[in-house]
Amino acid sequence: MTYTLGKNQLDSIENVLKKDLIDLGVQCVFLIDMAGNIIADLHQAEIIHDIYSLAALAAGNFGAVNAMAKIIGENEFSLLFHKGKNENIHFSKVSQDFLLITIFGNHISLGFLRLKVNEVIEKVKNTIEPS
Amino acid sequence: MAFINQKNKEVQVKIVYYGPGRGGKTTNLEYVYKKFNHRIKTEMVTIKTQGDRTLFFDFLPFNIGKIKGYDVKIQLYTVPGQVKYNATRALVLRGVDGIVFVADAMTVRKEKNILSLNNLYENLEFYKKDIKQIPLVMQYNKMDLAEQGIPLLSFENLEQMLNSDIKAPAFKASALKGINVVQTMKKIIYMTFISLQKELE
Ligand SMILES: Nc1nc2c(ncn2[C@@H]2O[C@H](COP(=O)(O)OP(=O)(O)OP(=O)(O)O)[C@@H](O)[C@H]2O)c(=O)[nH]1
Ligand SMILES: [Mg+2]
Repeated sequence: MTYTLGKNQLDSIENVLKKDLIDLGVQCVFLIDMAGNIIADLHQAEIIHDIYSLAALAAGNFGAVNAMAKIIGENEFSLLFHKGKNENIHFSKVSQDFLLITIFGNHISLGFLRLKVNEVIEKVKNTIEPS
Repeated sequence: MAFINQKNKEVQVKIVYYGPGRGGKTTNLEYVYKKFNHRIKTEMVTIKTQGDRTLFFDFLPFNIGKIKGYDVKIQLYTVPGQVKYNATRALVLRGVDGIVFVADAMTVRKEKNILSLNNLYENLEFYKKDIKQIPLVMQYNKMDLAEQGIPLLSFENLEQMLNSDIKAPAFKASALKGINVVQTMKKIIYMTFISLQKELE
């Protein structure tokens, strides 16, 4: 199975990620599919991560946690979040096939981030999977 | 699930090395990593147990340059071959575009190869994929062991046992010595690319 996203769709996704997350101080945000492909990645100018490895690990991690959920009789764990000393990472399912990952510092509260991420997801969903 | 990015003119493709435990999947990727070190900017990611067995996957992103005006990014993965790790093995297969089946040519591993191929068939079926439709290359590994007098299955024997139905291109190889490792990879990249070519028009 192969899928294509055009320039307009990708522009519109990147716009949303920039305005609603990066401009608010989120370090890094990327949209990936569950195969580990990167659809969009945005970050603050000074940040350089190995995003290909991050995407592969994130997709695997998300898959593994979901498989654990099924074993204990949960449909899924809706909140996936790892807390570090300076950086935190947050995973959110956009739809069956897509995942949004944000990396943010301690100056942003988890509550605020989740609110913003939920808004972003609604917008992004409409762009990648127009109903 | 190859992804075509029309904005950056980029294609991302997922290729998975599958096969029985200790068959040489990780060794294939290690060889590629060493050989193309100058072109791979990142570290190889491996999630393994202490005894060097793959626990979840190995991952190696590989930029092969432009084909038909598209920047082609290949993501190479291995699965854990041990039977007990099927849950994680199935996860790695998600969205796969092309498969290398690394069989172990040692006679004592005969049954393990067959079991692993059946398991691949089942896991692909779970994702509604057909083993005969998906790009696949067979690699009969550890052929170098013949020199040490270790009993090996013959090429014909392996073909008949594993490939009589699928009829995939097959290579005799030694991942350890780097024999036919690159050829195997080139073949699967080529086949995978052909299969998605019509989407690039
Ligand atoms: N002689 C010989 N040994 C090999 C060859 N390929 C791999 N080996 C050895 O076989 C052992 C297992 O190789 P791995 O590459 O770790 O096998 P794997 O398929 O990744 O195994 P799992 O991670 O458990 O699924 C190692 O000791 C390798 O050095 C080969 O072509 N010839
Ligand atoms: Mg391995």
